[in-house]
Amino acid sequence: MKRESFKSCRIGLALVAAVALAGAFVPTQAAEQFIPMLSYRVGPYAPGGSGFFGGYIDYLDMINKRDGGVNGVKLTWEECETEYKNDRGVECYERLKGKGPTGGTVFTPLSTGITYSLIERATADKIPVISMGYGRTDASDGRIFPYIFPLVTNYWSQNTAKIKFIGMREGGMDKLKGKKIANLYHGSAYGKETIPVLDIQAKKYGFEVKHIEVPHPGNEQQSQWLEIRRYKPDWVILRGWGVMNPTALKTAQKVGFPADRIVGVWWSGAEEDVIPAGDAAKGFISAAFHPSGRDFPVIQDILKHVYGGGNRGNMTDQSRIGQQYFNRGVIQGILTVEAIRTAQEKFGRGKSLTPEQVRWGIENLNIDEKRIRQLGAFGLLQPLKVSCQDHEGGGAVKFQQWDGERWKVISDWIPSDQSIVRPMIEESAARYAKEKGIKPREGTSLGSDCGNYPEHLKKIVSGG
Amino acid sequence: MIYREAGQFKTSYVADQQIFPIRQDRLGMALILAFAYIVVPVIGNDYWFTAILIPFLILSLAALGLNILTGYAGQLSLGTAGFMAVGAFAAYNFILRVPDMPFLVAFVLAGLAAALVGILFGLPSLRIKGFYLAVATLAAQFFIEWALIKFGWFTNYSPSGVIDAQTMILFGIALDTPLEKYLLTLSIVSVLALAAKNLMRCETGRAFMAIRDMDVAAEVIGIPMLKTKLLAFAISSFYCGIAGALYAYAYLGTVEPQAFDLTRSFQVLFMIIIGGMGSILGSFLGAAFITLLPILLNVVAHAWFGGAVRMAVLSNLELVIFGGLIIFFLAVEPHGLARLWQIAKEKLRLWPFPH
Repeated sequence: MKRESFKSCRIGLALVAAVALAGAFVPTQAAEQFIPMLSYRVGPYAPGGSGFFGGYIDYLDMINKRDGGVNGVKLTWEECETEYKNDRGVECYERLKGKGPTGGTVFTPLSTGITYSLIERATADKIPVISMGYGRTDASDGRIFPYIFPLVTNYWSQNTAKIKFIGMREGGMDKLKGKKIANLYHGSAYGKETIPVLDIQAKKYGFEVKHIEVPHPGNEQQSQWLEIRRYKPDWVILRGWGVMNPTALKTAQKVGFPADRIVGVWWSGAEEDVIPAGDAAKGFISAAFHPSGRDFPVIQDILKHVYGGGNRGNMTDQSRIGQQYFNRGVIQGILTVEAIRTAQEKFGRGKSLTPEQVRWGIENLNIDEKRIRQLGAFGLLQPLKVSCQDHEGGGAVKFQQWDGERWKVISDWIPSDQSIVRPMIEESAARYAKEKGIKPREGTSLGSDCGNYPEHLKKIVSGG
Repeated sequence: MIYREAGQFKTSYVADQQIFPIRQDRLGMALILAFAYIVVPVIGNDYWFTAILIPFLILSLAALGLNILTGYAGQLSLGTAGFMAVGAFAAYNFILRVPDMPFLVAFVLAGLAAALVGILFGLPSLRIKGFYLAVATLAAQFFIEWALIKFGWFTNYSPSGVIDAQTMILFGIALDTPLEKYLLTLSIVSVLALAAKNLMRCETGRAFMAIRDMDVAAEVIGIPMLKTKLLAFAISSFYCGIAGALYAYAYLGTVEPQAFDLTRSFQVLFMIIIGGMGSILGSFLGAAFITLLPILLNVVAHAWFGGAVRMAVLSNLELVIFGGLIIFFLAVEPHGLARLWQIAKEKLRLWPFPH
């Protein structure tokens, strides 16, 4: 009897060894995973593009050098210059979607306009698009947008967190009653997107909101700030973009509005947005779905494995490593790699995955705090759980303040108010489904559980 | 040699006045059309249709529209993208709000809407000329973009201000594959190009050119200033409007007002400057130069230097080379690429002893 069990134990051991050996041999087939990069390194938005794609590529490079790829699958990529233009973005998408052993795995255009142009194309081609912190907000409803992932946090969620933050500063949400908030927005589709959410929140919490538009590009804001001075708001929300941000801060200083009462969106919270404003930016607060800084193990690993020993990474100006756009790119890298890893667990380790398999990986991402620590990104990335219904996954925002030299995080993760955002997203997505004749996903769809599609939304889709 | 006309006799006025009086031209045109309609659909793939040919054809149409106004009638305009935006958003609203609207009718209506707006912004042309008129038409550009963002009705109150073009349905068939969209765009562009070619050969076109060359003299010989100038604006805007609608429906699928910003107006203006003012062929050559050359440079740069040179350097280098080529072509032939072709043709007709 004893012998018997010993024998079976030995067989078991042999089996384990065989599996391990087989596992070790799979990577020698040198499977590859191709990741297309719709980057932009020239034009007015080049600082954002070069930082983000620099961080993204450096992270993938680090995974290749440190771990030998994802379970042995080497990550490869190719860049295509979009100049932040929609037409060039579409051309690049069409050019890169068929490359690599299994095609372009996941697209990350870092441009709301290009994301919009890719929604139908990518859905038809069954290729996932991750638009992290930009793009189409209502794509957070994965039942209507199976291939689009506005991961981490969308604009509406961010906006509710911003009001929560202001409430905290005022000493409680009930203190918001009777307060005045000016919403200074960029005169574009992007700028206008949060107006309806703000209006709903104003009604809910009893504060007053005034929307003031700054025409594109926003390098002249004298009249707007005079209007703000007359209005005497308690807070100003700066929904700026590009050159509008430093100009707003400088003009605010001119009319004597304190910078620490201005709360910006994350597209006004990069180093490039505040340094040109000089002194005027000191004290300015902005939302961020991640902090700046190099003190995270993952950034240190990039410095060690990619830049160490005199090697050249993707960033020409190494002082930008650890800044906002670079770190955002690193987060993009983490999400992409984790999605591939998740998909490999289901579809086979060490294999090149198709875009559709990676799509499943994104939809089933579950990055908890423990995993974030393993990744060396604690404090950099928030816990994230994506599902068929929720393609956003996170929804929390941190706030940071510019001290004249660097961004300092001044809050913990502030969760968004999904009780406001979610119904708006679902309704907006349902209207899109109606316009486009899309059938919402229900039950088990594309390998994920989508649950039942609510009746009141069904009515919108069917045109009731 | 190729263009020798010996033996081609015209025995009637009709024969003498046809669009392409030389037989070789007629043959060449037929070959090009046959190639575009028969060969391209067979050998082309999705990348060529959606990323190269469709945008090229659409922007050619926009350039053609501007060429009618600027090249033929001599009225400098910077409102092209604005008129394109009117076309795109008008088509969207006609299809959205009028039940069972066939999209081709909506396109024509969208073109007419753009024409109306064009007439409105063409009014200053009666008093101001040249660069000053260009500045006045800038108002159209800015006003239209502003209005489309400002009033939610135009975008059906979409929170982000972006419209999603509906599917085009022709006689019950949904045109949603790249090939179908390509054929649709090609057909619309060929018909409109033919119309433009004929229009410029008849009385209207001659009146345009008379105004361009010397408006006082044109008025003296009895060409009505008001009517002709506004007609030029209307026709030009009609073409731009159709181009805008195609841009939204056949190309991108979604459009935000920013897709039609001032940069786009300049882009179309550069197309006709490089391609050739007052030339139908020039519109196509210019569009090819401005839209396709950067892509070609990008592809070539990747193939030759990909990996060896930093992307940022490569991207900037492309812009430098592109700018250099613009200067080169303008220096070699200030009248544009169409003129180069014309000279080449003349030489071929006298070959082997051109002078």
